Formats: sequence, structure tokens, C-alpha cells
Amino acid sequence: MEKHTNRFPISHVLGFIFSLILTFGAAFIALKTNLSFKVIMWIIGTLAVLQAGIQLFMFMHLREGEDGKTNVINIIYGVFMTVVIVVGSIWVMSAGHATH
Amino acid sequence: MGIKWNEFFITGDPLILGSQIAIVLTMVGIVAGVTYLKKWKWLWSEWITTVDHKRIGIMYIISGVLMFFRGGMDGLLMKAQTSRPEMEFLDAQHYNEIFTTHGVIMILFMAMPMLIGIMNVVVPLQIGARDVAFPQLNALSFWLFFGGAMLFNISFVIGGSPDAGWTSYFPLAGKEFSPGIGNNYYAVALQIAGIGTLLSGINFVVTILKMRTKGMTLMKMPMFTWTSFIASVIIIAAFPIFTVALALMTFDRLYGAHFFTLSGGGLDMLWANLFWLWGHPEVYILVLPAFGIYSEIISTFSRKTLFGYKSMVLSILIIAFLSMVVWVHHFYTMGSGPAVNSIFSITTMAIAVPTGIKIFNWLFTMRKGRIKMTNAMLWSLAFVPCFIIGGVTGVMLGMGAADYQYHNTLFLVAHFHYTIIPGVVFAVFAALYYWWPKMFGFTLNEKIGRWHFWLFVIGFNATFMPMFFLGLDGAVRRSYTYSVESGFAPLFLVSAIGSVILALGFFAFCYNIYWSIRHADRNITGDPWNARTLEWATASPVQPYNFAKLPEVDGLDPFWKMKKNNEGLTIKDSDIEEIHMPSNSGLPFFMGVVFGVAGFFLVFEWHIAAAIAAIGIIAGLIYRSFDYDEGYHIPVDEIKETESKWRNVEGEVHNYVK
Ligand code: HEM
Ligand SMILES: [Cu+2]
Repeated sequence: MEKHTNRFPISHVLGFIFSLILTFGAAFIALKTNLSFKVIMWIIGTLAVLQAGIQLFMFMHLREGEDGKTNVINIIYGVFMTVVIVVGSIWVMSAGHATH
Repeated sequence: MGIKWNEFFITGDPLILGSQIAIVLTMVGIVAGVTYLKKWKWLWSEWITTVDHKRIGIMYIISGVLMFFRGGMDGLLMKAQTSRPEMEFLDAQHYNEIFTTHGVIMILFMAMPMLIGIMNVVVPLQIGARDVAFPQLNALSFWLFFGGAMLFNISFVIGGSPDAGWTSYFPLAGKEFSPGIGNNYYAVALQIAGIGTLLSGINFVVTILKMRTKGMTLMKMPMFTWTSFIASVIIIAAFPIFTVALALMTFDRLYGAHFFTLSGGGLDMLWANLFWLWGHPEVYILVLPAFGIYSEIISTFSRKTLFGYKSMVLSILIIAFLSMVVWVHHFYTMGSGPAVNSIFSITTMAIAVPTGIKIFNWLFTMRKGRIKMTNAMLWSLAFVPCFIIGGVTGVMLGMGAADYQYHNTLFLVAHFHYTIIPGVVFAVFAALYYWWPKMFGFTLNEKIGRWHFWLFVIGFNATFMPMFFLGLDGAVRRSYTYSVESGFAPLFLVSAIGSVILALGFFAFCYNIYWSIRHADRNITGDPWNARTLEWATASPVQPYNFAKLPEVDGLDPFWKMKKNNEGLTIKDSDIEEIHMPSNSGLPFFMGVVFGVAGFFLVFEWHIAAAIAAIGIIAGLIYRSFDYDEGYHIPVDEIKETESKWRNVEGEVHNYVK
């Protein structure tokens, strides 16, 4: 509560602009180009990973933690959740009869 | 915008007309009552704008009790409809709407606020803190939850209820098969309440990590704090999945997207997948704090330290981990193939192991203890056998191959009521009996409590036990009627009678609250149960700043030790210092209202109006960013006076426990 910094939050603004660019970029590529399905998937997949990186570095204070151990736990936990959600979903949705 | 006013209010159903009249009369009654008693100002400054974690907790609990009433009425209506074969009390559509709202309300607007309310009241006290980490955010959580809950609740009189089940599976829940606006309520109201829950999760993680009093290391935290902490961690992990899934649903329903809509190449089962990626952890978010409640109560009334503290902590961590990797057990029959189903069968059944550890720890805590049969303890005792029935049938359902037989039958319905009612509702009752004096300064009546207990427990078993057998005989869930030839009639009748007994139990509880408010003795100590943790080391009801001097801790059961060694129980005048408190704020309430209004417009797909209302949200955010309120200080004299009022009081009542 005590310390208000008057520094302009440049990294937040930049991060915000980058995320907007990446989001609209992905939408543009998916909707307005005639690239093949595979290429589109690769491009927007890459943009998604970049987006996640920007969120982590620009907004999630990844670099600021004084406490290394906590950070490591957080990152491991985050990676675990991502793997469960993304890989898990792809596996569940594409195995067996579900896709046919 | 093409408003169809004739579809706005639901008309033509006597039951709903009755409720509409009842709602209007109640609202008029409340407004008139508050005005007559001149309580508006008090309501505004003491409750609506409060940022005090105890009051916010109490508001959560009151909302939870009201929602239990609403959800319970839904349950009774369903039981009435199926009490005899071919009943014509509710039609199919109405039955669909009722089981949907029953499920959603019970889980998200009854169980969640009850537990978050109890966490709010108890956790900061247990860790010896003066408040949660972000008091105003806490109020925002409450008002967002409340806004979402109210929005969902009006659906049955304005516009129509959602009717695709609490799971709202696509394709049924899509525009194509549910063209009305009912399911928009589901998508929007749960989104709003979900934001509130997520914020609560963040708040409690920070509170528990950063605000523990001196000496309380992680492994010295009371068990309820531990379970609340892990539940909050799971909230942070799981709720964003639901947020995203609901957003995609909203796009599909409102803006013609095709994430889950088959016709446009969407993947309907992806909804089920995402829903349960959130949904299964959600049930552990509910049951973990409940486990913590039982741990506190069993240890207090056995007069013993909790048995196997470390194994308790370990088993919560394992449960938290496993809870993230079992979600497919809700849709084995989707047919993901043997590899997927086998893996998820194994992870599912593995959860029984840490849960079993906990059960044994509770039993060993009681072993050789001097057990006091208070109501709180009775609920904890009843929990054990009832929950075991739920757990064992859960392992049966967890086997993918066997689930093809049980899936979608009343066997499943019986199973999850057997886990969720002992696992959450019993725990909430136990917690209310136990912590009631902390919240209000008087205990609930033990005798009326006995009626509440026996009626509820007997009614609960009579209602849901028959459903196991009905399910095994092939009675499907979510079916509004059955034929005479099916032979289901006797068991359905038993179940219906059971639900009436259960309802009587709930009324005994309401009567108990009423009776105790009127007649209970106000002259109680801070520690009516001879308990062990820090929340009992201060006054009942708790003063706004919780502790005049923050306690220091060097082990489990700190308050027990303080009493035993007779240290830290008194306070010297020189120890008292000014206390810094956060100011009240009307902003959280305002945000709840604009979110509710914007959500309402969105439900009706009045996009321009919704956009205009959303400006209010942005305005609120901007206002908050420039809000430099530093709070206020409670002067030493005022603290001294408050403290002298509850310390060293003569003639306190000590005989609640007979
Ligand atoms: C108060 C006593 C209760 C009664 C009489 C009751 C009764 C019922 C009935 C009859 C059904 C529908 C069965 C069917 O499929 O036809 C049902 C479904 C359900 N109940 Fe309860 N219930 C009660 C309490 C609870 C509680 C406390 C919770 C959760 C905290 C809960 C959660 C659910 C859920 C999630 C469903 C599934 C809804 C759906 O199919 O979409 N119930 N209940
Ligand atoms: Cu599950």
C-alpha cells in the first residue's frame, strides 16, 4: 500500500500490445489466408507459445521472484498443468472411437 | 434488439406463477421491513461495504443456506414427481430444468459459498492474522459470486431455466438443440460467479503463504488451513479451464462460433472433456476443506492431537495431484478406447488410497480419546460410514469396464449424493455448530440440533440408498417418469418419503437458528469447546481486528499449549499498539451489480445494452486503480476497552457440552 511507483509501466504496455498483435495475427492467419491446414496449425501453435512466453515474462513477474525455490515449484506446477490440459485433451480426444 | 416481451416472463405454469408471486411478496416484505426498522444505513455501512473477512464469510454462509433451500426445493419437487409411476406433477421439460438448476445451485451456489464462507471466517483466525491478504478483493469475490448466483436464480421466472443438465453437454446445450435463452444463463452466470471464486482462490493462497503469525511454519498449520490452502491451489489450477470452456460456449451460443457445435466442424465431446477437467478437481475443492473441518472437530472433541499429521498433509497433496488426472472417468462411455479408459481407471481407483489413509487417521485420533458427543462431533461420526459407502461405490464406478453398466443410472446419482452430502453438507453442518459461537457469540441449541441430526441423517439414507438399487435395476437418471411395469415404484416411494424426512431435518436446523438467536445464552467465553487452535484464543464473536496482539506459535495445537502452560492468555496494556485496518468500500458491491446487469443483457443477447453496462465494469476498474485509500487506525484506548470486555469476565457459561 505504501509504495506507489511513478515509473511508467512500459513492459506491461508493450506486453499488452504484443499480445494483441499475436491474437489478431492468429485470427487473421486462420480466417483470411489460404494456407494449408497444417501450415496454419503450425503458425498459430507457434504464436500461442510466444503468447504464453510474453504473459509469463511481461505480466507474471517471472523474473522478479526473490525466492528461487518457490519459483521453481510454481514453474513445475505450471508445466504439469499445461501438459495435463493440452496433451491430455489431445490424447483423450483423438484416441479410440471418439474421433470417428 | 427484437425483444419478445411475451417470452420475457415465464407464464402459464401455476407452480412458477406461485413462485413469482412469492418472490415479489418477499422482496416487498424485505424492503418494507428494512425501511420500517430504519436499517438501510446499518445494512450499507456494516455489511454491504464491509471488507472484514468474518462478515464476508457470514454473508457467504447466509447465501449458502438460502441456496440450499432453493436447491433442496428443487430436489423435493423431483422426488415428488417420481414418487409414483406416471405422475403428472411436472412435465418432462420442467423436470429437465429442475434437475439442471438443482445441480448447478447445489454445487456452485450452495456448497462452494458455504465452504468459502467458512474458510473466510476461520482461516485468518487459525493462522493468527488480522485479515486476508487482499480484503477488498475478498469483498469483490463475494459480490461477484452473489451477482452470478442471483442472475442464475432469476432464470426460472424471467426467460426460462437452463435445461441441459448441470454438465450442459453439447450438442444438446448448443443453439441448435436448445434455442431458448435458458442456457445462456448457464454460460454467463457461472462465468461471473467463477471469476469471484478464482479471486478467492488467489486471495487464500497469498493469505496462507504470507500472513501466518510468527512461528507458524507450513508444517505447524492447523489441518483446516492446510486443506483450504490446497483447495485454493486447485481452484487456481482448475477454474481457468472452466472460464475458457464457458467463454467458448458463450461464443458458440451467442456469436455463432463452432467450437463445440458439430455442424461447423466443432468437437462436441471437447466440451465434456474441458468441463470435467474442471469438474473433477472441483469436487475435490469441495471435499478437501470439509476433510479439514472434520480433522479439527474430531481432534477437539477427542481431546487429542490429530493422529498422523504428516500423513494427512501428504495424502492431501496426493489427492490434489491425482484429482487433476482422473477426469475421463466421467465419460468412459464416450469410447476413447482401452488405453485411455484403463489409465484413467487406475488413477481413479488410486484416489481411494490417500482417502483411506485419512479415514484411518480420524479413527486413530478418536482411539482412546475422551470423546464428547456434541452435535459437531455427531456429524463427523456420521460422515465416516456414509462417506465410505460413497467412496466404495465410487471405486465401482471408477472401473471403466464396469461403468458401462452403471453409467447414466440412478446408481451414479446415489453415489455422488453419498459422497457430496456426507462429504460437504455434513461437514458444513458440523462446522456451523462448531464455529457458530465464534461467528455470533452464542452456541446453537444442542437438543434441537439432535433432531436436526437424526432427521437429516435418516432421511438422507432413506432417500439415496434406494437409488443404488433402482440404478442397478436399470432406472436411468434425468428421467422424469417410469412405468408401472418397470417395478420401480416401491423403491421410488421409499426414496420420496426419505426426502421428506430429510427436509424436516433441514427445517429443524432453521428452527434451531431461530430459537438460538432468540434464547441462547450470550455469556460465553472465547473458547466454549475447550479447543486447540488459535481462532479460540480470541473473543466470541471476534473483534474486528481479530487479535489485540498477534500470537506466537511453536507447534501444533498452539492454543491448547497456551492453556496448558498458562502463557500468552493475558495481555499487558503495554503490549497493545494501534492497529491498521482497511477501509470499507462500496466498489465491490457496485461491481457485483454491474456484472449482474451486463450479464443479464448478455443472456438476452441485447448486445448494445450489455456493452453499455460493461462500461460500468471498466469504470470500476479505473476507479480502483486510482484509489489510494490507506485505511485507518484503531486507537489504543479503543482496543483496551474492547479487550477488557471479553477477558476476565466472571460467570461465563461452560456447560454446553452435556
Ligand atoms: C437436499 C437433498 C437432495 C435431494 C432430495 C436431491 C435429489 C436429487 C435428484 C432427485 C436428482 C436427479 C436425479 C435424476 O437424474 O433424475 C439430483 C441430481 C443432482 N443433485 Fe441432488 N439432491 C439433494 C442434495 C444435493 C446436494 C447437496 C448436491 C450437491 C452439493 C446435489 C447435487 C446434485 C447434482 C450435481 C445432480 C445432477 C444434476 C444433473 O443431472 O444435471 N444434490 N438430486
Ligand atoms: Cu470425477
